[in-house]
Amino acid sequence: MSTTSSNSADAPELATPVNRSPAHAGPLQRKLAPTLPNEPVAIIEPSRAWNALNLRDLWHYRELLYFLVWRDIKVRYKQTAVGVAWVVIQPVFSALIFTIFLGKLARVPSDQIPYVLFVYPSLAFWTFFSAAVTQGGSSIVGSAHLITKVYFPRLIIPTAAVIARLLDLGIAFMIMLVLLAYYRMPLSPSTLLLPVPLILGILLALGMSMLTSALNVKYRDVSVALPVLVQLWMFASPVVYPSSLVPEKYRTLYELNPLVGILENLRAALFGGSFYWRSLAISAIFTLALVIYAAFAFRRVERSFADIV
Amino acid sequence: MHPAIRIERVSKQYRIGARQTSYTTLRDKIGDSLRFPFEKLRRNGRHGHEEIWALEDISFEVGRGEVVGLIGHNGAGKSTLLKILARITEPTGGRVELYGKVGSLLEVGTGFHPELTGRENVFLNGAILGMRKAEIEQKFDEVVAFSEIEKFIDTPVKHYSSGMYMRLAFAVAAHLDPEILLVDEVLAVGDAGFQSKCLGKMEEVAQGGRTIIFVSHNIGSIQRLCSTVALLNSGRLCALGKASEVTERYLQMGVATSLCWERSDPPTEDVYFRRVYLADEASKDLEYVTTGSSVAVVLDLVIAGGHRNLQLSVGLYDGNGDIIFGTSPLDAGLSSPTAPGRYRATVLFPPELLLPKTYSVKAFLFLAGSKIFDTASLRFPVQETASLYNITPGGRAGQVAIRCDWRVEAS
Repeated sequence: MSTTSSNSADAPELATPVNRSPAHAGPLQRKLAPTLPNEPVAIIEPSRAWNALNLRDLWHYRELLYFLVWRDIKVRYKQTAVGVAWVVIQPVFSALIFTIFLGKLARVPSDQIPYVLFVYPSLAFWTFFSAAVTQGGSSIVGSAHLITKVYFPRLIIPTAAVIARLLDLGIAFMIMLVLLAYYRMPLSPSTLLLPVPLILGILLALGMSMLTSALNVKYRDVSVALPVLVQLWMFASPVVYPSSLVPEKYRTLYELNPLVGILENLRAALFGGSFYWRSLAISAIFTLALVIYAAFAFRRVERSFADIV
Repeated sequence: MHPAIRIERVSKQYRIGARQTSYTTLRDKIGDSLRFPFEKLRRNGRHGHEEIWALEDISFEVGRGEVVGLIGHNGAGKSTLLKILARITEPTGGRVELYGKVGSLLEVGTGFHPELTGRENVFLNGAILGMRKAEIEQKFDEVVAFSEIEKFIDTPVKHYSSGMYMRLAFAVAAHLDPEILLVDEVLAVGDAGFQSKCLGKMEEVAQGGRTIIFVSHNIGSIQRLCSTVALLNSGRLCALGKASEVTERYLQMGVATSLCWERSDPPTEDVYFRRVYLADEASKDLEYVTTGSSVAVVLDLVIAGGHRNLQLSVGLYDGNGDIIFGTSPLDAGLSSPTAPGRYRATVLFPPELLLPKTYSVKAFLFLAGSKIFDTASLRFPVQETASLYNITPGGRAGQVAIRCDWRVEAS
């Protein structure tokens, strides 16, 4: 009887409501008044078709972004036996598998570089990219419990999904350094340009993640189709083979894939080859246009997230 | 001086069809656009979707430091209004001005992750509710002390009992420090002791000069906390004023009758009610209740997992939600079932107990002193028929009628 009997203890109290309005609110109101702003802090109105990005709001919530990233990373390797070691094992194993099957058995050319060294950086990048895009794509739906209960700039969610994967990318590139040292690969001045294709790649993942996560709210097909499309995209990009394998007459068409410019130049920066400026420019234009479009499109549809998610 | 919140002609429309199916598939969309190629151009109204107005033309102001209660029946639009104020969903029309930082508590423990420890969840949940990291660090000890679970703060919350979980979650929420606070029935959690602690904390916050909008079904806590009450009915504001007057009006509006409760959502615990209903002595469903009816509460329940000390109880409540009495099988010298299986428990109220008022009946399945597995509630008005003598004008006084033994004799 614990429930009902302890409730009855409350009953007399509840039965005599205290009207606290004039007595309490009066003096406190006066004390509080100067602290409340005179201009509305927020105005809620039906929004127009296209909205500003409201970067100030995003900046204001940067700590939430930090916590969501921190949560993703923390939770991902909880209850795993080797924990964060998975970050190392994943790219190393897939590099080994491709080295055995494509490098040794199928003898895919690798631009006069040992195949394992050739494939590792693009594979490490790809591991990041595919995880960021697929997880980013389902991030909004996966955060339905937050979206229906609390306000914050929704763009934080797909952004956090991408940033949380940067840890893996960073660690994978540390291993890259070990690999380069092992194969006595000299670093050239062009390595200084490594951040250019890398940052483009991260932005591309961010744009894709914002776009697909918003689409996925209304069309759940997206999260089903995404892994398949990402897989296809991998073979349409020079991840496990060099772009020199693509016949010259298809080259222009091939370069329209923004990942071509990113991956080719990633390798060029690492192995001291010459840069592919045209494909890099195409990637840069495509990526920046995508990020800007995706952010605005996201803002356009985010208002209905809480109603349909 | 301007108010803390100014709500001007706010309305919100939902498309029922769109809401129920909740999402469309790309194939449907492509099919639609083939069949209705000009749909996009016309912009308004999708085929086969009925539109409902969850809120229509709501306007009112909330003064600084005012504590406003929002009441109304299910579906009246209370939660929709709160979600608009919290910027979770957008109004279809109208405008709201908020003069202050808004914090919303539509649920406690939003974003809690079972794999993270209590400490980690305090930070995560705090950040989600809009607190700064520095602010959480500064209040951390206070939060933990309030939650009374110091010992388990570094244990993953998946190992917490539901009581501990709620305590920690509420503790974080209680230390939220916005200028305008929106609260949605989060107090309806935990055991009675913790509930009253939460209510106490809410009172403290209210007295601290904070502007609060508080949604609740519990008239008792509304009356205890709020100076002003707004009453919503079918999406419209139908009364706004002093708490006592508006709650009175709400109670008179006539309540939705439910003589039978049936589980509609999948059970979350392994002990749960399937159906709880009012019946006559022969266990036949009652369609209405009169002062002359003999009333039994029938509980169909399922025990799927073994729990020692499982308890069953039924309480009778008045229209305000205050308890009149509670009873358990122990009254009849029976113990509550504990072995797995399906059970039907029937409790027969004494004859001619009910007065022509509105009552509710709540049934509980719980472990004594700790965890509530399931609750079910019924609510019903009682119609007056020939019954006990009524000597007071305006109806027999009191919450229930009890026929007592009298002796009157010349002496």
